[in-house]
Formats: sequence, structure tokens, C-alpha cells
Amino acid sequence: MTMPFYVSPEQFLQDKAEYAKKGISRGRSIAVLEVVEGILLVADNPSHALHKISEIYDRVAFAGVGKYSEFENLRKAGIRYADLKGFMYSREDVTGRSLANAYSELLGNSFSQDMKPMEVEIILADLGSGERPNEIYRISFDGSIFDESLVSVVGGRSDQLKTFLKDRVRPGVTLKEGLGLVRSGFMEQNDNGHLVMNIEAAVLERSTDGRCFRRLLPEEVGRLLATDQ
Amino acid sequence: MIPVNDGSLWWGGSSFVELLNMVRSGGGSAPAAGLSGGMDSSRMYPAGSPGSVPVWHGTTVLAMTFRSGVIMAADRQASEGYQVADRAIQKIFPVDRVSAVAIAGAAGPAIEMSRLFRVEIEHYEKLEGVALSLLGKANKLGQMVREHLPLALQGLVVVPLYAGFDDRTGQGRIFKYDAAGGRYEEDEYHANGSGGLFARNVLKMLYHPGMEEAEGILISLRALYEAADDDLGTGGPDFVRGIFPLVYVIDAEGVREIPAEEVARTLKGIGESLRRRVPS
Repeated sequence: MTMPFYVSPEQFLQDKAEYAKKGISRGRSIAVLEVVEGILLVADNPSHALHKISEIYDRVAFAGVGKYSEFENLRKAGIRYADLKGFMYSREDVTGRSLANAYSELLGNSFSQDMKPMEVEIILADLGSGERPNEIYRISFDGSIFDESLVSVVGGRSDQLKTFLKDRVRPGVTLKEGLGLVRSGFMEQNDNGHLVMNIEAAVLERSTDGRCFRRLLPEEVGRLLATDQ
Repeated sequence: MIPVNDGSLWWGGSSFVELLNMVRSGGGSAPAAGLSGGMDSSRMYPAGSPGSVPVWHGTTVLAMTFRSGVIMAADRQASEGYQVADRAIQKIFPVDRVSAVAIAGAAGPAIEMSRLFRVEIEHYEKLEGVALSLLGKANKLGQMVREHLPLALQGLVVVPLYAGFDDRTGQGRIFKYDAAGGRYEEDEYHANGSGGLFARNVLKMLYHPGMEEAEGILISLRALYEAADDDLGTGGPDFVRGIFPLVYVIDAEGVREIPAEEVARTLKGIGESLRRRVPS
């Protein structure tokens, strides 16, 4: 009987983390900003059909980077979780915090138990209402969870984009300004002109009742950015 | 907990009903049929004379097409036998941006069904990234009524009326159902519930295609008025408590409720026009 080579748990986890990080940084970035109108989510995404940003529940949106099949499955799992909870209890009882915890648990378990860790990083945005402030959670491939405010960035060269946005985004920024800033950030990252076509954007709008999530159509993104120049 | 199937997140299906049945039956891989969530409903409810359990019933609901969409209206009364159980229940539920469902029959299961239907439609839309067609939604509702059949046979009959604006044809469409889940499309109007026959008769006399919205609302309210006049179970306009029928208009702009003041004004007008015929 052959004995497997001994690998220290530390080394094993480190290798897994490196593997996951490499996968995540290979892709493009997503930025989430708090704006006057609500919460803006912007992805650098050349595809119109394969979304990186989507609706989970009335006031909760999801953004994921990394391996498409993996974050797509996480997105679906989140919708199932939220719809079940909302149906069995009430729509108000679905919160971003409990969803973020569920994701964290799921990713944490997967990281420590599965051979291949998930190559994903996700953001969960929960639009506040009345006195309750917005909540933005960033959840990493190993299940670690970060409570962010104003700006949150995942994927690609996220540190660079994050620094760029943190320097410029102030409380009270409008949707239009926010979209312009993120576009400039994407341009900085790619060192060349960034096409409007490559922007996938959505907003959780404070003004709406019920389902607050709205996708910005390419024409609308174009219009918002055109007058910005 | 995030729902998993045999320990795996990676399982397909865009149906909330199936998901719910699976979760209720203990996470097995084969979804059990039925609204009752995998439990055999004949075991839950011993066979016996229907109506031996006191159950609330919703009464009259109607839908009619007009020039640019469809109008839905319903009285507010729930009855338990010969008594009023509730004077102000809601019997029309918006499902999504373009459609609504109105319910008649056993109130409890009917409200549960419309809640479930709404989540089902929304769940599909979120998972697939695209909304179902209006016909797709109507068929789905038919399946839900069909799954409810065992309970219907026990006396808890639920008969929905589904109406919406079809983006693809640019028109309002109405679907009626029978207790066995049969789905039938109606071009002009339909009314359900204990006062449904009286309401249908009024609509039969007054309906004409291509009506404007205001006239549509007027004759819908007239139909409900006559239903309440002749049917014990149907509630009339209550000027003392300020409770009036619910009216929804669905067109290309979406689903909107007509404000109670406007409904009250229209009903007052109907009352005035009828009073003149009564010799004083």
C-alpha cells in the first residue's frame, strides 16, 4: 500500500488559497457604490447575456466574480434561500445579513472540505429603508466576510480600483457621478478606452416599493455617461 | 440554511413549488406532488361531508378586457355560511408588473395559492433572468389548481381568475379555470364566485369591445353592485364604514389600483342613476 505524501495543513490551505486567488484575479472587476438614489452595482462585463450582477430579493442584490458556473450556482442558491424564507415567514424577514452569513458558511465549508476551493468572490448589497442603513458585504472564497461601506470592489486588480474609487467617492455622490467614476476606474485599469458596451450596471433604488432592483439598459448607461464628458 | 439537494448546491430547476415540496418532504431528491408539500392530503383531511369544517369563502370576482388592457374587480366580503366573516378582505393580488390573480372559493387555500403563485413567477424570473410569457404563467397556475384537486374534492374548492397584459400581443388577456385545473381563455369578460352569475349577466348586457377605461370601471362596478344585490354572499358598497370594491387596471404601464375615493364616486353615480327609476 502506498502512503500519500505528507502535506502540512498549513501548506495545503495556503495552496488552495493561492489557487482560488489566482482564479479570481484573472477576471474583470465589479464595483459597488452607495449613491444618493440607492446602491449602484457596476461590472466590467463584455457579455450582455451572462450577467455578473443580479437580483436576489426585494432589497438585496448579488454580484460575483471568478468562475461563472460557481458564482452562478451561488446566486441561484441565494435566490432559493431568500424565496423560501420570504414565503415561509414574511418578505420583511429576508435580510442581507442572514444571506451573507449563509454564503459565508457555504464558502467556508467548501474551502476547508473540498479538494478544489471555489474561485469566487461575491458582494451582497442590502438596500436600507427608513432608519436602517445600507449594508454591503464582501464574501471571499474562504468564507471570510467583510462589512463594507460606501465602496466595495471585487475581482481583477481589485486593490488598484478600490484605491482609485476610495479617493474619489464621497457620501452623497449621485448615480450618474458614481457610474462615471467607476468607468474612469475601469479605464485606468485597462490602460485604454473603455467601451460603454462593456459596462453592466444595475441599481437598488430607494424610491421603489417592493422589488427595488433595476437593470440599467445599455442605452441608459450610454446616456448617463455621455452627458458626463 | 441554503437549500441543497443530496448535499449538493448544483441542482437544476426554476420552480419554487418543486423546491418547496422538496424542502418540506425532507430534502429528498424526488419532489413530491401537491400543494400540501408531499403530505398525502387524503390523510390530512379525513373523508367526510364537505362543509363540516367552518371555512371562509370569497365571493364575487370579475375581469374584463378594455381597449388598452384589462380591468379586474372584486367585492370585499368573506362569508362563513350565512354569516359575514370579514368585511374587507383582499381578493385580487398583483402577481408581477403585468398581471394579477383574483380568487373565489375557500379563502385560506386560495390566498395561499396566490401567494405561492406570485413567488413561483418571481422565482422563475430571477433564476432564468427572463420573465415567463403570460400564457406560460397561466398554464403554471392551471397546474397549481390541478395539484389542489384532492383538497377541492374535500370541499375546499379554489377557482382563480387570472388576467394580465400580454407584451407580445399588446392586449389584455383573461384566463378562467375550473376546479380540476382546466384553463380556458376568455376574450371579453368573466366573473367567478357565488355572485358570479349575476355579475356575468350584467357584463353580458353592457359589455362591448374596445371600451375606454372609465366605462370599463363603471360597468365592472355595476356588475358587482348587481351581484351584491342578488347574492347573499357578496358584499355591497359600504358607505358607513367606507369599504368599497377593489378595482385594478392592468395595461402597458403595469398594474395599478384605482383609489377608493374614485370607486366611491363611481358607485355613488350608479346609486343616483338607479334611484331615479324608483318612483317616490
